[in-house]
Amino acid sequence: MSDLIKKVDQAWLQPSERFIKRRAMRAAFMKAILFGCASLSVLVTLGILYVLLSESWAFFREISILEFLTDTQWTPLFEDAHFGILPLLSATLTVTGVALSFALPAGLILAIYLSEFASNSIRETVKPFLELLEGVPTVVYGYFALLFVTPLLQQLMPNLAGFNLLAPGLVIGIMILPYTTSVSEDAMRAVPNQLREGAYALGFNRMQTAVRVVVPAALSGITAAFVLGMSRAIGETMVVAIAGGQNPNLTFNPTEGAAAIPAYIVQVSMGDLPHDSMGYKTIFAAGLTLFLITLAFNIIGQLLKRRFREVY
Amino acid sequence: MNPTLTHPHEHKHEANGSEPRNFADETYEAAMKAATAVRAEVQDLSFYYGDMQALKGINLKLKDRCVTALIGASGCGKSTLLRCFNRMHDLYPGSRYEGSIVLQPDGKNLVHPKTDPLWVRLNVGMVFQKPNPFPKSIYENVASGLKIRGITQKGLLDHQVEKALKNAALWEEVKERLHKPALSLSGGQQQRLCIARALAVEPSILLLDEPTSALDPIATARIEELIRSLEGVMTVLMVTHNMQQARRISDFTAYMHMGELVEFGATEPLFTAPNEQQTADYIQGRFG
Repeated sequence: MSDLIKKVDQAWLQPSERFIKRRAMRAAFMKAILFGCASLSVLVTLGILYVLLSESWAFFREISILEFLTDTQWTPLFEDAHFGILPLLSATLTVTGVALSFALPAGLILAIYLSEFASNSIRETVKPFLELLEGVPTVVYGYFALLFVTPLLQQLMPNLAGFNLLAPGLVIGIMILPYTTSVSEDAMRAVPNQLREGAYALGFNRMQTAVRVVVPAALSGITAAFVLGMSRAIGETMVVAIAGGQNPNLTFNPTEGAAAIPAYIVQVSMGDLPHDSMGYKTIFAAGLTLFLITLAFNIIGQLLKRRFREVY
Repeated sequence: MNPTLTHPHEHKHEANGSEPRNFADETYEAAMKAATAVRAEVQDLSFYYGDMQALKGINLKLKDRCVTALIGASGCGKSTLLRCFNRMHDLYPGSRYEGSIVLQPDGKNLVHPKTDPLWVRLNVGMVFQKPNPFPKSIYENVASGLKIRGITQKGLLDHQVEKALKNAALWEEVKERLHKPALSLSGGQQQRLCIARALAVEPSILLLDEPTSALDPIATARIEELIRSLEGVMTVLMVTHNMQQARRISDFTAYMHMGELVEFGATEPLFTAPNEQQTADYIQGRFG
């Protein structure tokens, strides 16, 4: 018995050359698999970018970038074709602006409430409901905007068009609310308790502690939450396609209807589009524009994050 | 048990005599005289976390403008006692106080259920174990307590911030970069900033909860020097697990064990000739 223990001990204390080699090989193998998984997401992104760029290239060989960016009309399928992205862009930005002007204050207030004021039982009740909002199919949100929110708003604003940007904007705001709330709440809850105690010890009340200490401390996380929410709002398709209208319309007035970029893409790709036709190519030019805007916002978000971290 | 008060500052008179005192409105003599006055009186104070009794009938007098140290083994209740003074326990559910901490000269009981904890914290400052500056500029950190008290006049804010930073021995190091982030300071500087933040509002009592336990020896020495310079200026109650530190910088020491106050008296006699065997054992390192 004791001999056995001795043997085992020795084997363990002085592992053989082969054992070490096998272990290193196994580690290298695992590392390769993990790296493969990680690079998959990068490869998919690169693939999407490649398709977008190559197809848009075909588009921009016929239409100059200057025309694309400055023409105020978007009528690619008409006899008199115009290829100005501005009308689609204005609608997208308007919807995003409306969504954010609802989701930003509401999300921040909710997050402050959940993280700093709500008791555990309230928090555990409210959070599942918020997460439920996230699970609603976007098509349902679209019809909710068109058939419920728009008529409701029309009672307040009689001259609101049946298709408008206000209703989808608000509904998208509701849609991204759970996401922005939960990410910013996480950021606030991650603020160390000693910081709160420091504030209370100075005589801060709960509200002052939340607004003057916790929110600034969690600002990078909160910024990230809203930039990511914004990216989702910009790319959101079904709601604007259903409730926002299908007419390209250069306007920043949310009470008018206008086609946003994703709405246009859905509309055009649902019909019969011959491969390599001009209409087909516009999808990719519009898609690339959307991609670049989202990318720009993400970069801005990262810069903001870094700036806030430096200042505070 | 009841120490006769021989001038607690006497032995420091020479060491501090040449140092400029920023609380200039108080002459040193007046401070000396005031030292025998009681600033706060703890009477039969018991504290409970739920069903667990953490403090058992504590009686203690904090002398005005003196440094009182709380020593004892981990878990003896010294931090719990300290946190009763600014009702920090109220932030967490299930805490209950019995007895009283009477603040003089107001005569207000700090732990009475009808006493607003916010009022208490406006009058009692605290510095924590780990430096916890707010993620704002150095200036904003020191000014934050003043702003919460409704002071917005820039001149007054500037004046108090400078005074507090000078009293916290940090002014010379930060005067050129008051608007830089507080988190860019070193750990020791951050802790002095937290002391300045607490001093800026001129509290009745300053609580220090092991203020040097997260710092290196050099930073610790600076903080100790700073606390010593507060003697005769501010009533300080300090928790420390370092007996040498208590001996170096306090006028009075309270030794606690298992939620009870074992011995309380002037620091030197307590260390050289304790009345209680338990105190002697702890001080000599036989346990704890």
